Amino acid sequence: MELFWYIVLMTMLAVYVILDGYDFGAGIIHLFFAKTEKDKKAITNAIGPFWDANEVWLIASGGVLFFAFPTLYASSFSGFYLPLIMILWLLIFRAIGLELRGQIHNKMWEAVWDKAFGISSLLLALFFGVALGNIVRGVNLGIVTDGVSTHEPHYFFLPLWNPTFSPTAEHLGILDWFTILLGIIGVVSLTIHGANWIIFKTNSDLNNKLKKVVFNLNIALLVLIIISLSVWHVIDYKPFKNFLNDPWLWIFPLITFIGHFGLFKVKSFKKDGLGFLFSSLFLFGGITTTVASIFPKVLPSTNDVNPSLTIYNVAAHEYGLTVGVYWFVIAVVLVAIYMVIQYKVFKGKMDDVGYGEH
Amino acid sequence: MEDMLFYDRMQFAFTITFHYLFPQLTMGLSLIIVYFKGKFLYNKIEKYNDAAKFWMKIFALNFAMGVVTGIPMEFQFGTNWAKFSELTGGIIGQTLAMEGMFSFFLESSFLGLFIFGEKLLGHKLHFVTGFLVFLGSWASGYLIIATHSWMQHPVGYEILENGKFVLNNFGALFSNPWLLPSYLHNQVASLITASFVVGGIGAFYILNNQHNEFGKIFLKTGVVFGFISSILVAFPTGDLVAKNVVKHQPVTFAAMEGIFETEEGGSEIILIGQPNIQDKKLDNKIAVPNILSFLTYQKWDAEIKGLNEFDADKYPLNIPGLYYAYHIMVGLGTIFIGLLFFAVVQLFRKKLYQTKWVLWSILFLLPFPYIANTMGWYTAELGRQPWLVYNLLRTSAGASPTVSSGNTLFTLLGFIGLYLLLGLLFLILVGKIINKGPQLLKD
Repeated sequence: MELFWYIVLMTMLAVYVILDGYDFGAGIIHLFFAKTEKDKKAITNAIGPFWDANEVWLIASGGVLFFAFPTLYASSFSGFYLPLIMILWLLIFRAIGLELRGQIHNKMWEAVWDKAFGISSLLLALFFGVALGNIVRGVNLGIVTDGVSTHEPHYFFLPLWNPTFSPTAEHLGILDWFTILLGIIGVVSLTIHGANWIIFKTNSDLNNKLKKVVFNLNIALLVLIIISLSVWHVIDYKPFKNFLNDPWLWIFPLITFIGHFGLFKVKSFKKDGLGFLFSSLFLFGGITTTVASIFPKVLPSTNDVNPSLTIYNVAAHEYGLTVGVYWFVIAVVLVAIYMVIQYKVFKGKMDDVGYGEH
Repeated sequence: MEDMLFYDRMQFAFTITFHYLFPQLTMGLSLIIVYFKGKFLYNKIEKYNDAAKFWMKIFALNFAMGVVTGIPMEFQFGTNWAKFSELTGGIIGQTLAMEGMFSFFLESSFLGLFIFGEKLLGHKLHFVTGFLVFLGSWASGYLIIATHSWMQHPVGYEILENGKFVLNNFGALFSNPWLLPSYLHNQVASLITASFVVGGIGAFYILNNQHNEFGKIFLKTGVVFGFISSILVAFPTGDLVAKNVVKHQPVTFAAMEGIFETEEGGSEIILIGQPNIQDKKLDNKIAVPNILSFLTYQKWDAEIKGLNEFDADKYPLNIPGLYYAYHIMVGLGTIFIGLLFFAVVQLFRKKLYQTKWVLWSILFLLPFPYIANTMGWYTAELGRQPWLVYNLLRTSAGASPTVSSGNTLFTLLGFIGLYLLLGLLFLILVGKIINKGPQLLKD
């Protein structure tokens, strides 16, 4: 049962990143590449009817985490207190930026909400990459100081940074050079993803420029991935162990690889949706590869005193997990139906949807 | 430690109070919008379709506010109440996860279709999407109140040696006797808020002599929906909720009614007075004899236990706060019934639109259902303190063990600042929509 809910949760999180990821990416494109009012309109139209439903995947994933792995939920949400609350603030800023911009036609009003939307999208993409970095690197569970736990073995607390920004210090911070590196990878890959969505869903004048952006950022992404692969040995992270034990897991890196290299062909795609497909594969592969590499751990311990959190020591009781399967299956079928309806009604290009016009 | 708990509680209280200003309107309003759209399908009068579209705009703004202030609620169980989440997550996680899976997906998918899809869908399907949005928002309320009911009256659980609550009966979460009365009470209360908003804006249009035709539709609808729901909120739903409290939380009942002494021959109902906790009595009391006994047990001389019969360590933490919250709710509820009764009488005599004092009163009372709803929730929540799970888990045992008070105060201040900004923007934009009115929104 733990394994079932683990797969459910990771799939939901991956779906969330793929869906809301294009919203964040669109925000970053909006910040750096949208020069004219027409460009901006195209971008907000492309995500307008979707972003709200996409964010539900975050809430629903949070709900499933709470219900299936309450100890992990309690430990990680209190331990990553400040960045999580800041993510909330950014989500709020981003939402009001999107929703309020079109309500009053005034240059200053629009400029303020454009920036709120763009900058919070950028920071959210960064934070999500940093979050993945924190999970790979692990945390000081039990807040061990001089070899002694100062709290219960599954609780911890991380400040935003420690003065050295080192991922190997005894008392870690959320931001260190390793997690920031993953944060930058997050920004670059979601920018690519957002650009692909805009190409897919609009006929805007930006599209040709965005194809070049995707191509160039994809080169930058390759460089960043090579850098991050070469610094693994610094933190206590043995990514190949699981892959050597279970060779079928190589499917996840393979998916990442296909997504990544597919994107180099972006300029010659005949169908506008292909780029989005490849960047979705890249994101899905990247997330699943990362979590598969630490499985069954979900939050590694950086000290020798307290054990890592695994899916087996953080899960809810058997009965609750079993009964949850019944309602969950019903709910998933319903959600699939809603999504089919939603994407059918809003299929094709979104240039005329008139999002945010009042 | 004390500081830490204080800021955790303040942050939750502040963010939930602010959050619930929006769902209480959207739940009730979704029903009224479905009514307008349905009425248009039935009589084909274009004005009702415009009315539905006008309120949909206000709904959408409220919904967005509800979503962005709602995500912090789900996060805070983990960030600030980690110990509570760890111990009870196997149970309340069920209902909260179900809310995400069943209602949020439903609401958000079809709200997009409802707002953007009228031309694409045609009127009948457009009505269906509106109905599904209504269904989603009421399902959300149901699952939240199921969670709330478990905390008030835990069922279907066992406690393991390590202190963890585990579920052993899924069905019990939904057959909990606390659930149905609280749910219905809450939903009709939210309908009162929506009725006063719709009716109040209608009264405003008529008094201000703008958008008169719509003003009449809004006022009539608000008055009728409001009158029915203000009766239902008191009887039978409020009555059933109170009977649950007196049965399962007698000390809470005594505190909210302001009863210190057990009276032989029946208890009086307190209308006005100030609880004096130091001397264990009520100052400046105005009361009616025997009514409380009759309302509670339908017997004039039934015994109701006063606070003095209970151990002080079982007392609700904030007795005066609980007492005032309850009395403000009941007092306002009584005023609503009285005013809306007059309004309905005038409506039947076809004099409502000319009776200026009723119009002014409805407009003036527009914010008060928000206060009554909030006070109702404060009654429920203050009444449960000092417990998170009634009689089983104390609030002081539920907070996050590693988050310092400095960090919580930092985020509390951040939320206060951000929400003040949000509230201000919201009022400006709602004001703009209302001022423009339904007709001008068409183009």
